[in-house]
Amino acid sequence: MIIAERKPMEEIKQAMAPYKKVLVAGCGTCVAVCWAGGEKEVEILASQLRLARSAEGNEIVTLEATVERQCEKEMVEELKDKVAEVEAVLSLACGSGVQTMAELFEDKPVFPAVNTTFIGMPEKEGLWVEMCGACGDCFLDRTGGICPIVRCAKGLLNGPCGGTRKGGKCEIDPEKDCAWVLIYRRLEKQGRLDLMREYYSPKNFRAVKRPGRIQAAKA
Amino acid sequence: MNGCIVAFCCEHSAYPAADLAGKLRLHYPENLRVIRVPCAGRVDVIHILKALEKGAAAVLVLGCEDGACHHITGNTRAKERVKYCNMLLKEVQVDGRPVAMFNLSPNAPHKFVSAVNEITKIIKESGR
Amino acid sequence: MATPFREILKTKGFVVTAEAGPVKGSNVSKAIEHIELLKDKVDGLNVTDNQSSVMRYPSLGICLLIKEHGGEPVLQVTCRDRNRLAIQADLLFAYSRGINNVLCLTGDSIDVGDHKEAKQVFDLDSVQLIHLVHTLNSGKDMAGNELDGGIDFCIGTTATPSADPLEPQLIKVEKKLKAGVSFIQTQAIYELDELKRFTEFVRNRDEKVKILAGIVPVIGAKMAAYMNENVPGIFIPQYLIDELAQAPKGTGVSKGIEIAARMIKQIKEEKICDGVHIMFIGREEKVPEILEAAGLL
Repeated sequence: MIIAERKPMEEIKQAMAPYKKVLVAGCGTCVAVCWAGGEKEVEILASQLRLARSAEGNEIVTLEATVERQCEKEMVEELKDKVAEVEAVLSLACGSGVQTMAELFEDKPVFPAVNTTFIGMPEKEGLWVEMCGACGDCFLDRTGGICPIVRCAKGLLNGPCGGTRKGGKCEIDPEKDCAWVLIYRRLEKQGRLDLMREYYSPKNFRAVKRPGRIQAAKA
Repeated sequence: MNGCIVAFCCEHSAYPAADLAGKLRLHYPENLRVIRVPCAGRVDVIHILKALEKGAAAVLVLGCEDGACHHITGNTRAKERVKYCNMLLKEVQVDGRPVAMFNLSPNAPHKFVSAVNEITKIIKESGR
Repeated sequence: MATPFREILKTKGFVVTAEAGPVKGSNVSKAIEHIELLKDKVDGLNVTDNQSSVMRYPSLGICLLIKEHGGEPVLQVTCRDRNRLAIQADLLFAYSRGINNVLCLTGDSIDVGDHKEAKQVFDLDSVQLIHLVHTLNSGKDMAGNELDGGIDFCIGTTATPSADPLEPQLIKVEKKLKAGVSFIQTQAIYELDELKRFTEFVRNRDEKVKILAGIVPVIGAKMAAYMNENVPGIFIPQYLIDELAQAPKGTGVSKGIEIAARMIKQIKEEKICDGVHIMFIGREEKVPEILEAAGLL
């Protein structure tokens, strides 16, 4: 799923400074799961803003709402009455949700309250790690199910680089595993090291031409 | 709520302790608002924040002693939440009012009273 | 004029290369000093390419200067800063100006350098880069178009014999050998048994490629310990650290040179590999001392 992280409080406060009445809008899907922008996070952020502004002597009124998916027009439309009442929207959704909000309510400034970071999963409770680079040309079957595009710090197809640290950690960050060592171990377990011995020619980086656009075949 | 100390009291420990303190006529400040909860773990971050929004001078969360929680981990969770809450308040520089957790057993009215008095002292010293 | 490096590789018994590191700025006077100092003492002079991801005067620029001063340059190309178009274009230019030796590297990550917010390119990796040079050598570009005026580079690459774990590295070395390289310059070596094992591995797969052991003098016990901890792919054995620790204060550099020279002598005498690649960045003016102490001058 999409992993996001709440922006630094200073940035959010500064963004909200000119406004006296805002809608704090959450999303119940990805950002809720990674504790960045779900209903709970909306409640807390709104309360923090109210407390902060009250202490400054510059009260802010916050409306709160969380839709199931902020990237779905039909769901976001349900917020139109609340949006009409406010000067601006503080969206805790990922970039997709923020933009859907902004598109539906073009006359209202929409501020992102989180930084959308990557596609990933929880390695353990509270720890999210990047898994997929959305490269549009998946070859996970050849690397034992470990993506070198994002899990290798340099995105190498014929890794590892010469910088692997002792014990198989990444040159850049000793906390992170060298993806190619992980791939080696996984393929070794499966008796498929021949896949790692193969030469992988340069990647097609234009498999997805940004901005991506996919038209489904079915009606 | 203005100026009070809001005390979320676990019904298995702090609430009976508070009750006993009352029966024994132990002295504690009048501006205490006791809120009975089935477990300290029932108290969520938003409850603490809202109590402060409503004007509480401090918020206490009182639960069972370590290892004695009727819901096993309620008191541990409460402790983490209080810690998290303090971090959230610090983030917006609204950390002048104390938010704290205390552990006690149901037959410890003096502990209840001393917790309240300790917080009252902190409030006085910070000039609120 | 210097003898072409590819000829030296074929004919000379013990090949010696060294490295010159460009400065940050357009002032090439120091580079020219180093070139003049080293060009006749080594068989090839490498120039690093934004080494450690620190922006510097380009490898290509210093290589041109080496050529102008009658030396034999080895152009280093990393995959970090340029995409496949830029790399191909650079190689065409380099060749047209008489530079025809290239060392193909992956490149350090942006994070270790001084422009930490830059975009990392890595359009290619080092193995793909080797294939790319072969493609250009054959008269076509990567997209299959015929070249009007081709190139003919002598291709080299790097390897890390002290990697831990070693097996994944060796798989990559094998891919590089299959792609076809004329020379390998290894990362710094301090343990000759590791070098022997590595050389054996390579020889079993390619009898022709020349292996040049990387020599990086260590000038103090603290530096050695630091490198062991922080520099990936380096392993300095305890007995060397002890030897450095026992050196009298102020003699660190000469001790480091002594140890380096001793290693080079042993590699040459025991014919462990085909030569050495000396890297003493920031102290290029000391390289002749190492060569002298090793009996190579």
